[in-house]
Amino acid sequence: MIQVNKANKTFQLGDQPVHALNNIQLKIEAGEYLSIMGPSGSGKSTLLNMLGLLDVPDNGEYWLRGNNTTNLDTVPMDEEERARYRRDHIGFVFQSYHLIPRLTAAENIELPLVLAGIPPKERKARLDPIIKRLGLEQRAGHLPNQLSGGQRQRVAIGRAIIMRPKLLLADEPTGNLDSHSGAEVVELLEELNVDGITLIVVTHDSDLGARAKRKIRMVDGEIVLDKVNSVESE
Amino acid sequence: MRIQDQLLFNVRSLSRQRFRTLMQLIAMAIGVFSVVLLTGLGEGGRQFVVAEFSVLGNDILIVLPGRKETTGGMPPLTGGTRDITLQDAQALSRLRNVDGIAPLVVGKAEISYAGRNRESLIIGATPDFLTMRHLELQQGQGLPDIAIDQARPVCIIGSELKRELFAAKSALGQWLKLAGSRCRVVGILANSGTGLGFDMNNALIIPVASSMQLFDTQGLFRLMIDVHSLAGMKNLTQEVERVMQERHDGELDITVITPASLLSAFDDILAVITLAISAIGGISLFVAGVLIMNMTLISVSQRTAEIGLLKALGASSKQVRILFVSEALLLCLVGSILGIISAEILLGLARQQFNDLQFIAPWWASVFALFVSLTCGLIFSWLPAKRAANLPPVDALR
Repeated sequence: MIQVNKANKTFQLGDQPVHALNNIQLKIEAGEYLSIMGPSGSGKSTLLNMLGLLDVPDNGEYWLRGNNTTNLDTVPMDEEERARYRRDHIGFVFQSYHLIPRLTAAENIELPLVLAGIPPKERKARLDPIIKRLGLEQRAGHLPNQLSGGQRQRVAIGRAIIMRPKLLLADEPTGNLDSHSGAEVVELLEELNVDGITLIVVTHDSDLGARAKRKIRMVDGEIVLDKVNSVESE
Repeated sequence: MRIQDQLLFNVRSLSRQRFRTLMQLIAMAIGVFSVVLLTGLGEGGRQFVVAEFSVLGNDILIVLPGRKETTGGMPPLTGGTRDITLQDAQALSRLRNVDGIAPLVVGKAEISYAGRNRESLIIGATPDFLTMRHLELQQGQGLPDIAIDQARPVCIIGSELKRELFAAKSALGQWLKLAGSRCRVVGILANSGTGLGFDMNNALIIPVASSMQLFDTQGLFRLMIDVHSLAGMKNLTQEVERVMQERHDGELDITVITPASLLSAFDDILAVITLAISAIGGISLFVAGVLIMNMTLISVSQRTAEIGLLKALGASSKQVRILFVSEALLLCLVGSILGIISAEILLGLARQQFNDLQFIAPWWASVFALFVSLTCGLIFSWLPAKRAANLPPVDALR
């Protein structure tokens, strides 16, 4: 589903060039559950942003297959094409939720459908089961500031999956949550993975990282460990 | 994105951030409000002066004693080298293209009736004066049709003067004391308001020869000539000047003016005033535009993260720009309409308060104000929205 060949990215931090991505070589199959770990500044978020088409490598290749069967080299794409691709194939969950404060929980979840120009009837048909699945029926009409952190992150997950993407990217999804609601969010993400979505989680939390079937460790922009946990697989 | 959803997105954005929206609405409304209100007030004043002059009609020449060399300024109202006499008036009345002539003598004198005294405006005139000034009688008859140099103790009184002197009693046929002499009321004017500074409701009109005796003068205050056809106006002006020059030993010491020329001089001044008022309004609109610019700039930069999010969710740069620009335009439109409505309400109240002043904002003021406000909104939301939309989404999200 994803293939990265010799991707590099350098930032200029003061007069010091930082190699955020150093010759990244990565292949991810559809339906995988992957965690990316590493110290701060190791380039794990940059990798995630590149995988999610929010950022582009300076050079190298990045092939991505969405819901259709053709592989696309995303590097030469322009921003508008990437935007369309993000809309149709990729869901994001951020540490700080990034909900729009003036929209209710249901409206936040519905937003990608609205942006994609889907008519209201179909929107409702897709929205209702997701709200139910997230257990937000009682909270659908509330604004984000009336929700708890765990509820907010569930709203964000709802928004990420409403376009039925193949790829779900989560950047520190439990970073702002207490352990209880963090565990709920992780369970929800893992359920989605079981349903077939490719899940990639960037985290500091070693417990969360260890739950993934495949673990990647990054240091200074390089992948230093890429281990598949086959023990727990059924 | 469907257009309905886009509007809904804008409306939600505006209606759920009430304070910010309210402040921006007020800023925009005040700008438009001041343009419409100020031009409306200026236009009302201009219309008032125009109406004052049009009481005279344009087919009238006014001959004043004295000569002012420069044209376009105010004609001399007092002084002069030589009087215009009744004989001059008679000579002029024999010219072709003259329908009627109204020599005027104007002064103030005390009148009294049954112990009530009033200082009043006295106008010495001929029957033609009433025709030229379109003065209607509510009772009685006009001035007697007598030779121009013949005095007779009769008078016509204004409606206000009649009320003050006689109250509800009949005034026709009563004798008034007028300075040292007496005169009999033969007619009462209908309510006609003011014109060219004469308050006709408080005036007393007597035959011109009587007024010359009363004020002991040979010279006329001015001479009004009713012109038969407008086409001959220019010729007649020269004719009048030639005849008067002949009669005054070759010296041209009179001024001939037409209400139209007087009016156009005033009209120019008033147009400049209206323009200046509009400029003041325009400046306030510009200030409001700057305010809108700042608030849009701030609100767009505050919402950079939102723009990043929208882009991460797959909105194109164009979509983001349209969302922010249409939000600003919606705001400007609503603000401008509020401004126009409140200005119109205020102008309406002003019209009720001052009956003779027609405070009506010219249509172009509203259109112009609306146009400027929308343009301000468009430019100043387009630029920051474009900048934010062009940010890489990963930067915008931070």
